[in-house]
Amino acid sequence: MFRLVVRRLLVSVVLIFVISLLTFVLQALAPGDMAQTILRSGSTGGLGGGYSDEQYAELRQELGIDRPLLAQYGGWLAGAVGGDLGTSPISGLDVRSAIISRLPVTMSLVVLGTIVTVIVGVGMGVASAVRGGRLGKLIDVLALVGFAMPSFWLGLLLMSLFAVTLGVLPATGYVPIDVSVGDWARSMILPVSTLALSGIAVFAKQSRDSMLDALSRDYVQMLRANGASESSVVLRHALRNAAIPVVTLAGLMFIGLFSGAVFIENVFSLPGVGRLLVQATNQHDLPVVQGVVVMLALVVVVINLGIDLLYGWLNPKVRVT
Amino acid sequence: MSDMITRGTQLSNVSLAGDSSGGGAGRQPVARFILRSPLAVASLCYLAILLLAAVAAPVLAPYDPGALDLERVLLGPTAEHLLGTDPLGRDVLSRLMYAGQVSFVNASIAVVTYLLVGVSSGLIAGFLGGWTDRVFAWVVDLLIAIPALIVLLVVISVFGGNVVVAMVALGILGAPGFARVVRAVTLAVRNELYISAAKVIGLPNRHIIAKHVLPQVAGPILVHGSLFCGAALLIDAGLAYLGFAVDPGAPTWGGMIVEASTVMQQQLWLLVPPGVTLGLATLSFALLGDSIRDARAERSARVVVRPSRGKHRVEAEPTPAPSQDAAEGREIPLLEVKSMCVTLSTENGPAAVVENVSLHIGSGETVGLVGESGCGKSILAKSVLGLLPAGGRVAGGSVVFDGINMVTAERRAVRRLRGSEIAMISQEPIASLDPVFTVGQQVGELVRRHHGEGRRASRERMMDLLADVALPDPGQVARRYPHELSGGMAQRVAIAMALAGEPRLLIADEPTTALDVTVQEEILELLRDLQHERGMAILLISHDWGVVAENCRRAYVMYAGHVVESCTVSELFTQPAHPYTVGLLASAPRRTQPGGVIPAIPGRVPSPGYWPRGCHFAPRCYLASVECTEDSVPLVESAPGHLTRCLHHELITA
Repeated sequence: MFRLVVRRLLVSVVLIFVISLLTFVLQALAPGDMAQTILRSGSTGGLGGGYSDEQYAELRQELGIDRPLLAQYGGWLAGAVGGDLGTSPISGLDVRSAIISRLPVTMSLVVLGTIVTVIVGVGMGVASAVRGGRLGKLIDVLALVGFAMPSFWLGLLLMSLFAVTLGVLPATGYVPIDVSVGDWARSMILPVSTLALSGIAVFAKQSRDSMLDALSRDYVQMLRANGASESSVVLRHALRNAAIPVVTLAGLMFIGLFSGAVFIENVFSLPGVGRLLVQATNQHDLPVVQGVVVMLALVVVVINLGIDLLYGWLNPKVRVT
Repeated sequence: MSDMITRGTQLSNVSLAGDSSGGGAGRQPVARFILRSPLAVASLCYLAILLLAAVAAPVLAPYDPGALDLERVLLGPTAEHLLGTDPLGRDVLSRLMYAGQVSFVNASIAVVTYLLVGVSSGLIAGFLGGWTDRVFAWVVDLLIAIPALIVLLVVISVFGGNVVVAMVALGILGAPGFARVVRAVTLAVRNELYISAAKVIGLPNRHIIAKHVLPQVAGPILVHGSLFCGAALLIDAGLAYLGFAVDPGAPTWGGMIVEASTVMQQQLWLLVPPGVTLGLATLSFALLGDSIRDARAERSARVVVRPSRGKHRVEAEPTPAPSQDAAEGREIPLLEVKSMCVTLSTENGPAAVVENVSLHIGSGETVGLVGESGCGKSILAKSVLGLLPAGGRVAGGSVVFDGINMVTAERRAVRRLRGSEIAMISQEPIASLDPVFTVGQQVGELVRRHHGEGRRASRERMMDLLADVALPDPGQVARRYPHELSGGMAQRVAIAMALAGEPRLLIADEPTTALDVTVQEEILELLRDLQHERGMAILLISHDWGVVAENCRRAYVMYAGHVVESCTVSELFTQPAHPYTVGLLASAPRRTQPGGVIPAIPGRVPSPGYWPRGCHFAPRCYLASVECTEDSVPLVESAPGHLTRCLHHELITA
């Protein structure tokens, strides 16, 4: 188990390194550079479209992008390891603090979204595996609808119903949890529901399948034959075995929800990392984009590590290796 | 929907499990099956209309998509504007049609990339194997671990909103899951014998790929391609929603949703046309993918499903009571099964697997149940405990244990008997233990369940049990997981679990079949010792004559759902009265002369639902005559206490 974790950590470090290098190389391949972007947008001198070659060369030097690519990357990496992700040439803000100030919003969304998805999805899946029948059909239909419905569209519909028509929930905006827990929760209900709705059925399907598989095993039959209680057979033995593939899916789901959060933050005007990324993408603000990517890669690594540990706890066969 | 790429692959992976294995069967046109499914036809029609509307938009659209009409803004559906107008008075229907052009072009770019990357990388990894395959696995893991949309946004930000590049990137990001499927299919085909043969002959790889691999991959291509098409449409609209469109003026479905959202409070209707159009398109692709998969599953299943050969009638028959004071001088039996019939559900309706079986076991007695695999022995054992698999049903007869009829008794009453009165061990000892709990946890759970004592007393009792089944160092074994046990140890643990409730009857279903020969004898000895100490009865199911001869005094021989003979074991060996028993005895390896040929009974046990009329054994029987196939053969007493289901038993015993 220890060796497994160490190996995974090493792979993770490589992963982050590769991702950051890839983004850097992509930038170099792209037409135009940051200096052009800044000069065109005129954010530094109000010059509008026109600029001289000298201005351009000067800015390139100022931004440090006249150096060879590898040197640039080395410089960025040295800073990144020390926690310095650079400064946005467009807004002039420190990238790291910009991300950290927005992280709570995105994390609230994604963590709550995962919890809701897992609890409701697994509940439905287990119930349908044990009871069968109509619930199973409902899950199939929900899975298709959840697959097909654009989440940003669903979000708008929910908003118009609960916020505009009924007026029971706030339509947009975010209240930090340290300001008011109640308002924070209220501001999260619609975004989290929208985020979770599409994934619940996928989860229900997976947990139903693994549950049915576990329930068909010999040991379940033997436990029943030798008098174990039905609740223990289903909830202790079958569920624990069924949880192994479900946990893998939960990890993927968690990572996937970061993508979902980009839309949800835009629909509900939440000041999260996703909106920061969209904004930076629109403005060609590469240091911010790069910073967000590296931050997400870090989160992915942490999540995967957590999943591995959970996996080891659930599955004794993994623990030995 | 943004995590679509990941979820799309998951969705298809979940339901595609086993897809690769079903590829080879049959060659019936999938198209015909799809056309029989109304949902699939509706999906196809919808997509065709959508595509036609998009392609022919310049001809069909009632208005110019950019034509402003500031006097007619935010209209709901009217006769002039079938789907209403937007905040600038532009016709929604026309914009929807033009937007379809962009969406379909973008989605096709993504899908073509997806298929090219997925098929080629999967083929290469699966076909070449080795380090290529390891690199492939690594890249796939890497790509799956990154949130796809984020990478997509990076690509867009770097390439300044170039949608073609974004769509190519989308195709690449979505491909890993699909590539894995292609790899699995390729690997399966590569390992087929005829491919090795083709290689030996010297057929070039490209020929093998084109002729043998690609046809197998065709199904997954259609299924995944269709699902991904839906996903690509959604992502395309999502990108437009976020404001990344090539031409800000051109209508897109995502862009129309943004416009609608700004005037949501004045005209909610505007959300409906683009959202529903898009949602239905994705749904259609998903349904289409599903029906292609179902069609393929059906096609491979069809090989197994054959039309039924007439209904099999199940009716109870009177069992001749063996002379009351027969050899064993039996009192009221512990377990008495009378004329029991069990059916399992199949594609052709319920099929009988156990028919008119009667048997009895006295207290402390060991009774054998012998027969080839597939004769219904295990099903009989499970039905005694009320543990038939889904679709199984006791269709007639009774199972009386200690005066309680288990067939008619409440489910709770039956449950109470399990473990505490009747317990069971099975033939796969390791599979019969829960892999994620330690031995101590599992045995302990049953001990607490049956005795409900305190923690310390339970633990002591558990340790005693583990010692009783002669496990060396019980304390250490209790901490182990099932995968850390040998087969023999696992069977001892399973026996300990069965004994936790101190049952009066143990059903041992082929308890030694999966074990090494040396261990088999140890386990049987343990069972004999335990029986001696505890005085419990054992129903020993086996196909091994040696096991039966050593352990049982009486035995039942089962064939195709029937008990065909029952008597004491010594009589069974010396004076068998049924041709099946004769055949079985003759084919037991230890009864043949060294160097001689082991005789075998020609033919096979017929599957449930395909049993012949009359005597089930007649088609394989050397004594069969016309009468044997005319009517069902009753059990008759050939000698006191010796029952046989054969019309010609005198010919054997004579």
